[in-house]
Amino acid sequence: MKIKNISKYVVDKILYICLVLMIIIISVISPSFLSIRVLSDVLIQSAPKILLAMGMLVVIIAGGMDMTVGRLAGLGAIISGTLAQQTTYYLKFWTNLPELPIVVPIVASILIGLAMGAVTGIIISKFKVPAFLAGLGLQMILYGGNLLLLKKAPNNSQPLAGYKDTFLKFGTGSIFGVSYLIIAAMLVMVFVYILLNMTTLGKNIYATGGNREAAKVAGINVFKVDMFVYMLSGALAAFAGCMIAARTGSATATYAEGYEMDAIASCIIGGASFAGGIGNVPGAFLGVIIFSVINYGLTFVGLSSYWQYIVKGLIIVVAVALDMRKYASRS
Amino acid sequence: MSKSEYVLEAVEISKSFPGVKALDKVSMRVKPGTVHALMGENGAGKSTLMKCIYGIYSPDHGSILIDGEKATIANPRNAMDLGVSMIHQELHPVRPQTAGENIFLGRIPYKKVAGIHWVDRQRLIGETKEVFKKMGLDIDPKQKVAELSTAYCQLLEIARAVSLGAKIIIMDEPTSSLTDTETAILFKIIKQLKSENVAIIYISHKIDEILEISDAVTIMRDGKNVGTWPASELTTDSIVSRMVGREMNNRFPPKIHTPGAEYLRIDGITSTDPHSFQDISFEVRKGEIFGIGGLVGSQRSELIEAIFGLRGIAKGTIRIDGKEIYNKKPIDAIKNGMALLTEDRRKTGMIGSSSVADNTLIVQQNAHPKLYTRKGLHFIDYKKRNADAQKYVDTLSIKTPSLKTAIQSLSGGTQQKVLLGRWLLTQPNILILDEPTRGIDVGAKYEIYELMEEMARDGKCVIMISSEMPELMGMSDRIMVMCEGHMSGIISGSEVTDEKIMLLASTYKAIQEEE
Repeated sequence: MKIKNISKYVVDKILYICLVLMIIIISVISPSFLSIRVLSDVLIQSAPKILLAMGMLVVIIAGGMDMTVGRLAGLGAIISGTLAQQTTYYLKFWTNLPELPIVVPIVASILIGLAMGAVTGIIISKFKVPAFLAGLGLQMILYGGNLLLLKKAPNNSQPLAGYKDTFLKFGTGSIFGVSYLIIAAMLVMVFVYILLNMTTLGKNIYATGGNREAAKVAGINVFKVDMFVYMLSGALAAFAGCMIAARTGSATATYAEGYEMDAIASCIIGGASFAGGIGNVPGAFLGVIIFSVINYGLTFVGLSSYWQYIVKGLIIVVAVALDMRKYASRS
Repeated sequence: MSKSEYVLEAVEISKSFPGVKALDKVSMRVKPGTVHALMGENGAGKSTLMKCIYGIYSPDHGSILIDGEKATIANPRNAMDLGVSMIHQELHPVRPQTAGENIFLGRIPYKKVAGIHWVDRQRLIGETKEVFKKMGLDIDPKQKVAELSTAYCQLLEIARAVSLGAKIIIMDEPTSSLTDTETAILFKIIKQLKSENVAIIYISHKIDEILEISDAVTIMRDGKNVGTWPASELTTDSIVSRMVGREMNNRFPPKIHTPGAEYLRIDGITSTDPHSFQDISFEVRKGEIFGIGGLVGSQRSELIEAIFGLRGIAKGTIRIDGKEIYNKKPIDAIKNGMALLTEDRRKTGMIGSSSVADNTLIVQQNAHPKLYTRKGLHFIDYKKRNADAQKYVDTLSIKTPSLKTAIQSLSGGTQQKVLLGRWLLTQPNILILDEPTRGIDVGAKYEIYELMEEMARDGKCVIMISSEMPELMGMSDRIMVMCEGHMSGIISGSEVTDEKIMLLASTYKAIQEEE
């Protein structure tokens, strides 16, 4: 009986155990991993991905999937980058644009994200295009758009550069030793947690994903729910792109390529269900952190970073298989 | 020549799950060429016993004998090889494929040419036809299963069992989604199978059916075998009292309510879908239980779903207390004091992965969000929510480990009570129930009837759609019968007989011409 309890505990907490084990192994091989600076780096690297994962989490709970977020983050990076350039930069994107305050690129990226999210929402909810296919199409359109946008003279497909100091500071600066990006990611997590657990809308999101038809009968406007989740996901994705642009001081059309898959994987290993109606913020957060620790930790111990793909892939498959077993033993 | 008088013997089967003893030394003997009914409340262990026989579960103790020989049944494949087939309550046909392909699923006849197994269409269709002929079934083997009704899917499953050469067919609630005419077809086929010496184990909650079709009846209660009797020695009352372990004199609560003034009036409403309901008019009075009868396909559910704002209405009016209303969406209907317990609990009722509390609150918090949010930032007030959910768990005596339990882990009857609680919480003036007692046990049924009676006594309108004739007749003050989207009549009092309802349900034209 005792062994059974322990094994149940292990299956339930497998994610935490994985994370702790990984940190222990990495720290044993390379003790300097356990420093504030390194851990803070891991978190800073994770910040944009946390935003994508939080948006994706809400969409998955509502029974959908948002495949556009990677490219949308790329668009967010480009839009905010072009609006954050110094007036003196020789390859200035919008040639006659005056110096703008830092809120302009941030707000612009969020607005473009909301608009794109609305488009995704309408295509999926009104025109009933399956979420995966709608995302696939929009993803290509966004990529093409990003490429064409950057091709505009005088930029001619060069990576963006020449950002104002204030914008760069948003990406690299900190307050009381805590990076602005980490603060932004934490605020978004708190926001999504409150949304899902403390508001009626959150309850409706869970209900819509849990059983769409039943939610309709219960008087829930499922179209509104869909629009909300895709717009939220879009806004968070584009803002994440803005964060990446600010941190790296550049932007290209391949920014955030494939991030949608990381976001989906983080949510799923964090306990969200593709069937909808199930998922939580701490789980998705942990999913992101695990991937970042793998990413950072492997290079830290001197392994080729290519190994990260194999380890990540294994974790996804094993985590989901264990999760399935958890459900199987219940029924 | 079989060596035993019995084709199947289950001897002292026991099976435990963590925390529950599902079966406690249950024995059952089935003779070939008979229909052996298995009855009991939900959770009595009927399905567990059948799953042991069919190899889905392996029993902890006891043995299973087939034709007098001890059989090892480790999985459904073994069971099928030994001639045991099971027709599950929920069917999963491969809808895009044809009837024939479904019958031969996993063992399609083939011709081997050049090392490749090519589908032998001729044999597939020929053999399917043979099976259908044997059963007296009129289905084209080339017809797509998606085009067949639930009843025919059920018959198809049986045909599959027959084609497998089954000696024992287990049927789990085969008529739960069938209408009376479809049930009649099923019974004809069961009789045909009996004459071919096939034994049928028939699980059902419907006592009338059991008495009509079965030869022997085994009754289970709390994982134990209460006993086996010849069907001819049993009556409805004796079955019910043995199932619940106490005397149960009435299947329906006493009718105390008295209908009052007219409250809901429907005038000539017609669907936007030309194949659906046409020109329906009726009125429901306060404190009245209004039944709606008809066969599957009579568009009864479509009618009330349209009234509730889930489907389009081309013309006609809905009036509540003399005031015309229009329900564009369900939320409008809810705000107009209507509640709809839908026909299919899983599909359109419960949010399976959500808790009992969330399932109970879903409608009310959506119609009146302010009731459950604190002042200021409007965060959810969990105390208030849980108090309301608990109130309905208590009043409806819902058996759940906690408010946080996911609804999908509860039994069917309990789920139904949670969904009913969801709607009662909104304090509706018009309660619409679509097949409220489908697939739930006798005890839970009675509780739902009592609730309906109580609502009517409080002066509310209760509208009930039901395919179960005794329930429709036993509960309703008046019954509207529909046929193919038309209203074929409204009957009440002494007019209400089985025959009259059947007649109205199968013909609307004849009646109209008569008038």
